[in-house]
Amino acid sequence: MTSTGRSVEVEWSEVSVVLGGRTVLDGFDLTVPGGSWLAVIGPNGAGKTSLMRTLAGTLAHTGTVRIGDDDAGRMPGRERARRLAVVPQHPVIPPGIGVFDYALLGRSPHQGLRFSASDLDRRRTSEVLVRLELDGFAYRSVDTLSGGERQRVVVARALVQDTPILVLDEPTSFLDLGHQLEVLELIAELRAERLLTVISTLHDLAVAGQFADVVAVLDDGHLITHGTPAEVLTPEIIANHWGVHAHSVVDEDGSVTVTVHRRQPT
Amino acid sequence: MTSPPAGERMARDRWASPTWPDTSRLGGRWLAAGIASVLIAAVIGVATGPVPIPIWQVILELADRLPLIDVDSSLSPADQAIVWDLRAPRVVLGLLVGALLAGSGAAYQGVFRNPLADPYLLGIAAGAGLGATIAIVARLRDAVGFIDPVPLAAFLGALLAVAAAGTLSTRRGSSGSPATLILAGVAVANFFTAIQTFIQQQNSETLQQVFAWILGRLSTAGWGEVRLLAPYAVICVVGLLLSVGSLDVLAVGDEEATALGLRPRTVRRLVLMAASLGAAAAVAVSGLIGFVGLVVPHAVRMLAGTSHRRVIPLSLLFGGAFLALADVVARTVRSPAELPIGVITAFIGAPFFLLILRRQATP
Repeated sequence: MTSTGRSVEVEWSEVSVVLGGRTVLDGFDLTVPGGSWLAVIGPNGAGKTSLMRTLAGTLAHTGTVRIGDDDAGRMPGRERARRLAVVPQHPVIPPGIGVFDYALLGRSPHQGLRFSASDLDRRRTSEVLVRLELDGFAYRSVDTLSGGERQRVVVARALVQDTPILVLDEPTSFLDLGHQLEVLELIAELRAERLLTVISTLHDLAVAGQFADVVAVLDDGHLITHGTPAEVLTPEIIANHWGVHAHSVVDEDGSVTVTVHRRQPT
Repeated sequence: MTSPPAGERMARDRWASPTWPDTSRLGGRWLAAGIASVLIAAVIGVATGPVPIPIWQVILELADRLPLIDVDSSLSPADQAIVWDLRAPRVVLGLLVGALLAGSGAAYQGVFRNPLADPYLLGIAAGAGLGATIAIVARLRDAVGFIDPVPLAAFLGALLAVAAAGTLSTRRGSSGSPATLILAGVAVANFFTAIQTFIQQQNSETLQQVFAWILGRLSTAGWGEVRLLAPYAVICVVGLLLSVGSLDVLAVGDEEATALGLRPRTVRRLVLMAASLGAAAAVAVSGLIGFVGLVVPHAVRMLAGTSHRRVIPLSLLFGGAFLALADVVARTVRSPAELPIGVITAFIGAPFFLLILRRQATP
């Protein structure tokens, strides 16, 4: 199903972003080992989405982003898109586009100036739709799907891109609890099947603690700390950066269950 | 999400294999329909006129000119001259102009991700109008003997307008956003129209001529206009056909298109150049024919789906057929007088458009 032979490492070194005179990302340094799941957490406005955009090559930055052994900044856009697929937070769905056609867009970095998509493009797309149990929707218009189905279609497009790295910007923000878990469990399965390196922002600490194996805390453009969920998702760190009291329990498999307490009225 | 049992999965794989016929593929049926519409429009266009020529003879005569086919249409030499020297060039011109206007309209709509865009959005009409007006008012036709200066002036005016809009929307070497480009186009169009109106008012003796040019027509003096248009048509059509995949990717917006490996600004610039070149050349030989560039791509999208792999080639084919047929109406309704073809395109196009719109609205 995939042409990805091995997992690929990602590294930011000294990456800074200035937007409209404000430093939204300040000297970000982090290495994500190939095959792991990094969750970037942090309060609103911390720079999480900007960090994802430095990966996709859609935001000007200083410093270097390395994908595998190569400097992403020196990579042609198509080459970068063959290594790294993005599931955006607010995907633009062209009006009236069908599920199959939308997923097929993921093949574009593999296509030249051809008039038609190749049989290989179509086969890859079909395989992904079947894998994500979207084959029944293939002819439906994406507009008509529910939030959870639509999110799966956007994930499908990223998988059709057939890259070793999957970048997800708040993949579950508009989904109810059940659909959140469904999408994240799907990502976890796919990660295991395809040896994907997954890089995601997650605003939900509980979710981050359950799925990621590396958690990085970003606040006001600075990398505060990073490590395993057990190291990072402590009541102290949560209180310092989110201003809430939380309770966290480390499970046997190393995942962390975070419970947030309601603040008492003063 | 659990995996389906092996048996079910196998059945499903077989069903899914090799692939689904997606709607982003042109498809033989649509291509055949497009080509058929062009052929039908061509035959009707050549058969219709003051001297009646039976359709079957037209078909034989046209077929006779195809390579490897030798048939006798039993047309008299006079009728052959009518077919080849009078009607055929006009029909071919109609096909080309219609194709270019509809194709570039589809491309503009794709580039601006706006179904209301048309090929005149960036000032092509205003620029061509100004160029033609200057050429008519200055009586360049009398001054330049060997070539008709009006189309040339209109062509240059149209390209000047688009170039001005493109340059003015660009700052410090980076090209502006599509919205800036549209606004620059509106400003340039208004500016050029103001100059054109001024010149026109100052030279009321040529008002009739200028007005006739602006309303648009496909009258030809032979194959000259076709030859004039052909090279630009080739560049435009090849350019547009090569960009269909990129236009589909562009539909998800610049940010996602970049993440999919596309260079949106470069694509936009190249597609707009190809489309503008074709539209400017079409306008230069035919005047300002409205509605084709807007309504044909719309109709195609409603019938065949939104992928540019269909919209672009089918707009080219159906646009050509539509304009060639509109021209038949324009020259027969009040024969021997001719109606301006722009009147016909709007008169046929608008109700047709509404019809499709209503059919789509009621499930």
